[in-house]
Amino acid sequence: MADEATSGGGLSFKPMDQFEVKALFGGDIGMFTITNVTLWLALAVLAVIGLLVLTTSKRETVPGRGQSIAELMYGFVYKMVEDVTGKDGIKYFPYIMTLFMFILCANFLGLIPMSFTTTSHIAVTAVLGFGVFIAVTVLGFVKNGASFLSLFWVSSAPLPLRPILAIIEVISYFVRPVSHSIRLAGNMMAGHAVLKVFAGFAQVAVIAPVAIVGVMAIYGLEVLVSAIQAYVFTILTCVYLKDALHPHH
Amino acid sequence: MAENTNAAGEVAAGAPPGMPQLNPDYFANQIFWLIVTLLVIYFVLSRVALPRIAAILAERQGTITNDIAAAEDLKAKAEAAEAAYEKALADARAEAQRIAGETKAAIQADLDVAIEKADAEIAAKAAESEKAIAEIRAGAQDAVKEVAKDAAHDIVALMGGKADEKAITAAVNDRMKG
Repeated sequence: MADEATSGGGLSFKPMDQFEVKALFGGDIGMFTITNVTLWLALAVLAVIGLLVLTTSKRETVPGRGQSIAELMYGFVYKMVEDVTGKDGIKYFPYIMTLFMFILCANFLGLIPMSFTTTSHIAVTAVLGFGVFIAVTVLGFVKNGASFLSLFWVSSAPLPLRPILAIIEVISYFVRPVSHSIRLAGNMMAGHAVLKVFAGFAQVAVIAPVAIVGVMAIYGLEVLVSAIQAYVFTILTCVYLKDALHPHH
Repeated sequence: MAENTNAAGEVAAGAPPGMPQLNPDYFANQIFWLIVTLLVIYFVLSRVALPRIAAILAERQGTITNDIAAAEDLKAKAEAAEAAYEKALADARAEAQRIAGETKAAIQADLDVAIEKADAEIAAKAAESEKAIAEIRAGAQDAVKEVAKDAAHDIVALMGGKADEKAITAAVNDRMKG
């Protein structure tokens, strides 16, 4: 970690060390090696189970605190799916909920000091982003057939403009998974790196108070960003899903 | 980011260059475990958590609906009870008014009879009294006449005259009339 020591009197910043993938039990990292990624993904699963399964085990009509949180998250995502995609999008609610709960829990677990933020890795968010992209595209063609392509043909625009708009629409469509995944990974990585840089400044006694206040402020911001990025990822998924279900503008 | 690290301080000798995120050696591992994670979360959510929460919410909605219906029912009952109470009150009031009216009429009748009787009695008593007074008055006149005759007789005798009974009586009668 970056706070190890100041070597040779100079400041030692290693803000990217926290993103290192390490094998937990030694050895080379192959596809199935248990790494810190595995550990924090497993903790995310446990957090999801703890939030949504354990809290609701009593099935109270008048909910307690835990159950209220579970119901709140259920209602939040359910309403989002219903509002954005309409009634026929409800059957994809479990998938959207899976994405939301995973990203939310992974983001918040990443805020625990010394933890590993799985969602700060482009490999993870790219799987999520391209997964959504491929699923939505396949769904669009299965549901609408070739008329799914009318998504790119803006029929409300003047005819001469339509080919140009179609090119722009196609480009923007294929950029979606990239922006979708880089937005999440970039936000998480940048926030954590900034936290680490501020923490590195705390090694100097003179500016340590400022640095620590800075760490606290950035931490608060990161809590916000964690929730907002989970929300943004989910609502964009809903928007893409709506495009697949109703491609006509 | 690499430039950042260089600008902020020196890169430690052992650290790998660039961002760990871009090291393709770890991609397969991350992707594999991520897919496992997503599958586990999906199955937990779709098999356990979401149906359970949906059931809880539906049950609560049902309970609320039932409770509202029960409340409406009770409210209707309370309104009916209130109407019945108002009706009973109005009936009782009308009955009381009727009884009061009847009683008043009966008392009035009794009173009228009693007053009539009393009036008759008073009239009889008054007539009797008048009669008695007339008698007394008549008696008093006779007595006065006698006394006056006697007195006139005596006065005439004292003055040495001879009293003529007939003249005295006529004179007294004449005076009594005047």
